[in-house]
Amino acid sequence: MPSYVIPDKCDGCKALDKTACQHICPNDLMVLNKDLMKAYNRAPEMCWECYSCVKICPTQAIEVRGYADFVPMGASVTPLRSSDSIMWTVKFRNGTLKRFKFPIRTTPEGTAVPNGGFNEGKGDLKSHELYTEPESCGMANIPPVK
Amino acid sequence: MANFQTVEVNSDVLILGGGMAACGAAVEAAYWAKKNNLKVVLVDKAAMDRSGAVAMGLSAINQYVGVKDGQNTIHNYVDYVRNDLMGITREDLVANIARHVDSSVHLFEKWGLPIWKDEKGAYVHEGRWQLMINGESYKVIVSEAAKNAIGAENVYERVFIVDPLVEGDRCVGAVGFSTRENKFYVFKAKAVIAAMGGAVHVFKPRSAGEGLGRSWYPPFNSGASAYFTIKAGAEMTCQEVRFIPVRFKDAYGPVGAWFLLFKSRATNGQGENYMETRKSELENWKPYGQVKPVPANLRNWLMMLDVKDGKGPILMRTEEAIANLSKAVPDEKERKKKLRELESEAWEDFLDMTISQAILWAAQNIAPEEKPSEIAACEPYFIGSHSGASGAWVSGPEDIAPKEYFWGYANMCTVKGLFAAGDASGASSHKFSSGSHAEGRICAKAAVKYAVENPTMPNIDNAKIEALRTTILAPVDMFEQFKKASSDPDINPNYMKPKMFMFRLQKIMDEYAGGVSTAFTTSKPLLERGLELLAFLKEDSTKLAAESLHELMRCWENVHRMWQAEAHIRTILFREETRWPGYYFRADFPAMKDDWKVFANCKWDPKTGNWEMMKRNILSIY
Ligand SMILES: Cc1cc2nc3c(=O)[nH]c(=O)nc-3n(C[C@H](O)[C@H](O)[C@H](O)COP(=O)(O)OP(=O)(O)OC[C@H]3O[C@@H](n4cnc5c(N)ncnc54)[C@H](O)[C@@H]3O)c2cc1C
Ligand code: SF4
Ligand code: SF4
Repeated sequence: MPSYVIPDKCDGCKALDKTACQHICPNDLMVLNKDLMKAYNRAPEMCWECYSCVKICPTQAIEVRGYADFVPMGASVTPLRSSDSIMWTVKFRNGTLKRFKFPIRTTPEGTAVPNGGFNEGKGDLKSHELYTEPESCGMANIPPVK
Repeated sequence: MANFQTVEVNSDVLILGGGMAACGAAVEAAYWAKKNNLKVVLVDKAAMDRSGAVAMGLSAINQYVGVKDGQNTIHNYVDYVRNDLMGITREDLVANIARHVDSSVHLFEKWGLPIWKDEKGAYVHEGRWQLMINGESYKVIVSEAAKNAIGAENVYERVFIVDPLVEGDRCVGAVGFSTRENKFYVFKAKAVIAAMGGAVHVFKPRSAGEGLGRSWYPPFNSGASAYFTIKAGAEMTCQEVRFIPVRFKDAYGPVGAWFLLFKSRATNGQGENYMETRKSELENWKPYGQVKPVPANLRNWLMMLDVKDGKGPILMRTEEAIANLSKAVPDEKERKKKLRELESEAWEDFLDMTISQAILWAAQNIAPEEKPSEIAACEPYFIGSHSGASGAWVSGPEDIAPKEYFWGYANMCTVKGLFAAGDASGASSHKFSSGSHAEGRICAKAAVKYAVENPTMPNIDNAKIEALRTTILAPVDMFEQFKKASSDPDINPNYMKPKMFMFRLQKIMDEYAGGVSTAFTTSKPLLERGLELLAFLKEDSTKLAAESLHELMRCWENVHRMWQAEAHIRTILFREETRWPGYYFRADFPAMKDDWKVFANCKWDPKTGNWEMMKRNILSIY
């Protein structure tokens, strides 16, 4: 099954023109059943269990049930992702629970400036120095090859 | 004929793909394009925030040279890569990436990627070249900078690129279709950058049920780069150098942190360390067998010999590693703290980049401090940016490359105006996420220079575009024409659906080209038989049928895989030796030979449809 949608929780992203899970799945697997207004994974056997759909769903309607052809049943791994960290709950088959929290970024969402605050460089199209170099190398010149 | 609107998009520099290399290309191209009044467009089959190999995140940056801190030199990195690839490496390309990679890493940090730091504020290394990160949002952050650089209006997501547009000796664009609406896209450009990743599912994966998609390499990269450059008529290199990673068994979780950070050993089922018991085997692969670290394919090979002898399962001795690490901390309170940290680091390693492995451990009640865990070789993949080397044969940089390796613009293929980076360019392994980004930047600057110096666009023959449109949309027509011939849309005497087409390809590759079921072993007669069967498959590719846009994409993904497969078989056949025994083994030529210390290149001629195989010299820059 890999990723699956809990019907009671999915609201079809409130009939917006594209649903969050459909927008994000790198393998184009999540689709909306327009009659039911519920999403589903159209080819679970092509799912990478990358959790992109799980992390983005605004109603936490998507979960993952490990691949049935080699994963014993009963375990689950559930993320809760905010703008600067992610919290994971790992439930073991024997009931053990573990929780982990990790940072995911150090800047506010949307603020990645292409030059990273480094000087743009000499702007010479013919030289082998790239945009923001040498400053972004952390040196006065780009590293010597020999 | 299928009712699709044709949409034409014109630009100066066209970036194909939205992964690590493409994101690097976008940031760089945007800057130089603005200075020179040029337009940049990027096309991705998925949503850039989570597309490509880094979709899930990563737990390490695998290439950081650390020149500013005096840790290493560029030369050190080149030595490492050359030895790992058994001597088959373009030193000029590797050196060029290595001198720009630290800069990419420093940009990632500024953009918001959390890189681990020690008490003194220095980066925490996993190994000599690897940095530990909290990388869940690695791709989100890198693509954010790319989009901010070129502007969201210049990004086309959910457009699947199929074929190159070639006029005379020059690549002038690409064609594809939207996977969301009935639109056929024609992108015309002065310079084109191919950065559509590597290929998986060319070989049969170990799990064939629900777990089919759980390959190590993401199922959504399907050989588009190789197909695109081959079809444009570009010379290809190292098409035989596939990659077979050894990972935790079944879910393919990473082993790097266990081996490098936690200093774990792997042993066979009898407790023997094959790196010690099989040490003498390394003599057969001199001089590479003698270097430290032992090349990835040779480590694989020693393990595979144990497996062949029935000495499995192969185990990562996590319990031993944890015991050793905890012994090193005598104070009990400190030790407890250390163990908690270790546990969190070990789980983060999975949760950041292979969540399936965390599910599998939880489902098997695995406590790594108590019990070892199984590791195994995956199936073969094409990923020139990692420890494989397949990709296009590209020009080196003017200031470093030997004459034979330089033809005008860094990272330009042998077809004018076509550039390649990341998994798309060959013979420059071990660039990983960061090096692919740096190479994308190198490529983009060269592509802008090319567009400035070659400002006139050749006229593109409309008949050619129409012919491509007809071929690309043919699976839709095929379905419409014949769907009434049976009551099951998947089983029809006139056509074939892409899924079974993929299984047919995988079966051929697995059984004849050295897949899992033959323990990665093959020979001339097997390869020749494989080519015969591949020829039937190629004919049948004109009988593919698509019921939806999603299936149309699946059709073309599998045609892309098929071309990657053909280039692979032809090149393994050409190279009459065994050089990377842990990647594939030629049973009829079981040893490495001096006269094969050359690149094995190939080229498909768009005019005649013939393949040409050639040797290219290996030239050192040191
Ligand atoms: C499981 C795994 C673990 C890894 N771990 C690490 C690690 O810890 N550290 C590290 O540094 N590196 C790691 N790597 C390597 C790293 O991910 C790659 O080197 C890097 O992503 C290569 O960049 P790329 O741009 O060539 O390909 P990708 O980043 O894969 O990008 C390919 C892009 O092309 C697009 N595309 C594909 N086909 C088409 C098409 N037909 N039309 C349009 N667009 C298309 C995709 O959607 C995607 O945007 C890992 C790789 C894998 C697979
Ligand atoms: S993102 Fe969630 S709520 Fe929206 S359609 Fe998908 S499953 Fe339903
Ligand atoms: S887990 Fe990943 S591959 Fe699977 S459906 Fe969700 S987004 Fe797609």
